[in-house]
Amino acid sequence: MIKLVEKRKPDTVMMRDVYIDQLIEFAKSDPNIIVLDADLMHSNGTYRFLEKFPERAINVGVQEANMMGIAAGLSATGKIPFTHTFACFSTRRALDQVYISIAYNKLNVKMMATDPGVTAAYNGGTHMPLEDIGFVRGIPTITIIEPVDTVMMKALLKDITYSYGPFYVRISRKTTIRVFEEGSSFEIGKGIVLREGKDVTIIATGIMVAEALDAADLLASEGIDARVVNIFTIKPIDRELIEKCASETGAIVTAENHNIYNGLGSAVAEVVAETCPVPIERVGVKDLFGEVGDVDYLKKRFNMTAQDIAASVKNVLLRK
Amino acid sequence: MLTDNEMKELEIFATKIRIETLKELGYLGFGHIGGAMSIVELLAVLYGKVMRYDPKNPKWEDRDWFVMSKGHAGPSLYATLALKGFFPMEWLKTLNRGGTDLPSHADRNHTPGIDMSTGSLGQGISMGIGIALGHKMDNKENYVYVLLGDGECQEGQVWEGALFAGNAGLDNLIVFIDYNKQQLDGYIDNINPLGDLRKKWEEFGWHAQDVDGHNVMQIHEAIQRAKETKGKSSVIVLHTIKGKGCTFAEGIELNHHMKFNEEQINDAISALQKEWEEKERDLR
Ligand SMILES: Cc1ncc(C[n+]2csc(CCOP(=O)(O)OP(=O)(O)O)c2C)c(N)n1
Repeated sequence: MIKLVEKRKPDTVMMRDVYIDQLIEFAKSDPNIIVLDADLMHSNGTYRFLEKFPERAINVGVQEANMMGIAAGLSATGKIPFTHTFACFSTRRALDQVYISIAYNKLNVKMMATDPGVTAAYNGGTHMPLEDIGFVRGIPTITIIEPVDTVMMKALLKDITYSYGPFYVRISRKTTIRVFEEGSSFEIGKGIVLREGKDVTIIATGIMVAEALDAADLLASEGIDARVVNIFTIKPIDRELIEKCASETGAIVTAENHNIYNGLGSAVAEVVAETCPVPIERVGVKDLFGEVGDVDYLKKRFNMTAQDIAASVKNVLLRK
Repeated sequence: MLTDNEMKELEIFATKIRIETLKELGYLGFGHIGGAMSIVELLAVLYGKVMRYDPKNPKWEDRDWFVMSKGHAGPSLYATLALKGFFPMEWLKTLNRGGTDLPSHADRNHTPGIDMSTGSLGQGISMGIGIALGHKMDNKENYVYVLLGDGECQEGQVWEGALFAGNAGLDNLIVFIDYNKQQLDGYIDNINPLGDLRKKWEEFGWHAQDVDGHNVMQIHEAIQRAKETKGKSSVIVLHTIKGKGCTFAEGIELNHHMKFNEEQINDAISALQKEWEEKERDLR
């Protein structure tokens, strides 16, 4: 069951802090939980776990590939390792280790990939992961999660921790827009209808969910009745819900903080093409490298605002 | 050997770089202060004396190349390049703003004088090797200078490069390591210690030297010795202090990326200005 907040606004707590506090809670009664970080403990907030459990927190230094391999080894001995580094380095810098050491070996590593997409902001183009979902989606068995806000992050952590198998979690470090009321619950693999509508479905993930809800408000004032769905499990994706939305609303717009290639938009388009072909438009970065700037600037720069989503809805409706 | 006056001029240049770096970061209010400050004497020697370059023609074929593998030190490199006329000083006000040509991490697509884009640690040494190889193939005499961070040396790729170049005997490649003993999360010795870097690189077949990385004379002499060493790549381990010369950053454990206010910046700048004036007096 979910409940939406009445008025969406920036959270008062950072996602990294809510996450690590919850992990610390679990770790109090579970000695198998191990935290690894690659010299970003003060960026990712994992230093707080180190303070509580120094013997179970490992800062390997600047060496992401080694960290992934060590995590695989720890998992082979029954531990539940959580790796932490920026999403760009979790993938680009360590992908073969993620693939072979972790996934191919069928091990139980939880990869916490911070600063997804434009939230890498001031770190700029080299640090901006706009393709990580694509990399990971091509690896069998890895569950990909992109939490929307702190309530969802906290609620999902138990299942992430105790469902055996590799997880890739695209987690914001800083504050996000609060979308869900405290007490909401979520099921991995199941999308959520956030707003009913019959003309079109906007399917959004991560920080784009708040934009999608804003877009639906904009569209409502123009007489367009948009459904808004959050897909937070990008893999395995909720095929049933996507098919249902395609057949009931006849048009789909996806919105993601990622390249429109190989991310949510591609995943949704595959399902729609295979089950119930309807027109689709994809909002996200149009095959460009990232750049430096604040998140608001970057959202505008890459046409990822509520206005951009609303414009895509109008385009897709013309093709309906 | 530098003359006494040359040495003092380089020291003054270093102080100017620090002041401009502080102003540049001050406009923004946050940034990678520690690792930008520890490399300033190196930048002063490279751009003030050693490197061949033409600010009006940054892609000049006969230039020496500089690959700053620790790309997050962009701010002090930008200040150096601006002071040397690669682009207007005004650009320094735009650091990290949307649409800027001076992003936090060095980027060859944006900034005149940046030879390779960096930011993902560990990659600069390999690119430097490639450039050095390319120049050898073309019988060209350009030098390639690569700057690594010490934390960066925890990346396996650094040691792949060290092994390869050690075997390839690329004497047109000179690598510096900014051994400031600190990484993002604090002191390297508390995280994943590097030990005696000079010895390690020697084992990998390099001509290796330890120098005081805040002493322009020592840096300059080490580069001369490196150039005189034929048939081997050279590494110069710069023993430095993270945050050097910045009143609010030096001596702080977590000074990798900091927030600062106008007052802190102004205090740090006036301390440096005093230093500058003293050196100027000394020069005359
Ligand atoms: C591959 C990679 N991993 C992590 C980071 C994040 N990061 C940026 S700087 C830094 C610390 C680097 O320490 P060091 O090389 O000693 O730099 P310095 O102290 O000279 O600033 C880290 C972990 C990165 N830029 N690249």
